[in-house]
Amino acid sequence: MAKRSAPEVNAGSMADIAFLLLIFFLVTTTIETDSGLNRKLPPMEDQVDPPIIRQKNIFTVLVSKNDQLLVEEELADIKDLRALAVEFLDNGGGVGDEACDYCQGKRDESSSDNPDKAIISLKSDRETSYKVYIAVQNELVAAYNELRNREFSRLNPNLGLNYVEAQKKYDDPRTSEDDREELKPKLDVVKKMYPQKLSEAESSSKSS
Amino acid sequence: MSKFKKKKGGELPAISTASLPDIVFMLLFFFMVATVMRDSTLLIVNKLPAADQIEKLDKKDRVMYIYAGKPSSRYVDKYGSTARIQLNDKFATVSEVGAFILAERASKRQELQNVLTTALKVDSETKMGLIQDIKQELRKVSALKINYTTRVGDYTQNIN
Repeated sequence: MAKRSAPEVNAGSMADIAFLLLIFFLVTTTIETDSGLNRKLPPMEDQVDPPIIRQKNIFTVLVSKNDQLLVEEELADIKDLRALAVEFLDNGGGVGDEACDYCQGKRDESSSDNPDKAIISLKSDRETSYKVYIAVQNELVAAYNELRNREFSRLNPNLGLNYVEAQKKYDDPRTSEDDREELKPKLDVVKKMYPQKLSEAESSSKSS
Repeated sequence: MSKFKKKKGGELPAISTASLPDIVFMLLFFFMVATVMRDSTLLIVNKLPAADQIEKLDKKDRVMYIYAGKPSSRYVDKYGSTARIQLNDKFATVSEVGAFILAERASKRQELQNVLTTALKVDSETKMGLIQDIKQELRKVSALKINYTTRVGDYTQNIN
């Protein structure tokens, strides 16, 4: 008849144990913030006949071994690189088939015909330092983004987003499937208007 | 008879701490979920360059990491101070990059094998020669999607 009630477990130390674990995880945590510049390398196989590209459609950027910047064979400051790249890409000097009806550049004969044809060629030396190279890459991507932002806002004035924000929204896994479907064609149109043609050439001096 | 006798004294009742474990557990679970354990110890100095036109990296299981930079001060005696590549937990030469990529690729799930990105975590003081060599190796095994991992910041921080 002696119904003995089970003794209550003392839960007083539970907080201590939980604190211990908490502190362990606090210390080991590194909230990952991995982000960077995405690039695509050219495939290895050599093209049988490389397409002929007119010199005026190539924008050469060379970073020398002393980390100096040569844009179209002239010494330039990295602060001006973005503006120079935008000017080149947005030139739209072509006529007839190659005309560019959305470009707002100077339509200079001696610069690029069409953003679709315009190629930025980035060369670096083996002695170039990585941080300067990244700064240059960053500015070139910024030039493309600037133009894409402009066209995206012009084509979708009531969306309240620019290209970069729209792309971010598209990549965000929380965005619903419907929104994504809606954004994709808009993004693709702008990407087609200003395709990122950034070629990274091999090093200028081979030394081992 | 006085049923509604005033309680004696102005002593404050002790605050109940019974919910403290619950609160701590809540925090604990948050950190457990948010935690990413460092999966390889760095043998090199790894101060990433800054950039601001960046995109987020893909999910973690779709990324292969290649580190490069000068050996950190502990290892300078042993390995010297020229920039080196680190794969997983050890130093490697340029020629090992290809094999590493193939092995990593084989260890991933089938449907992910075509969407893998190679993240280059390279110290900002490294020379481009090493990176060009790595890129050449990556092209050989056709791992063409790369990401120069950077810190968030203005590009002018890269120029002294």
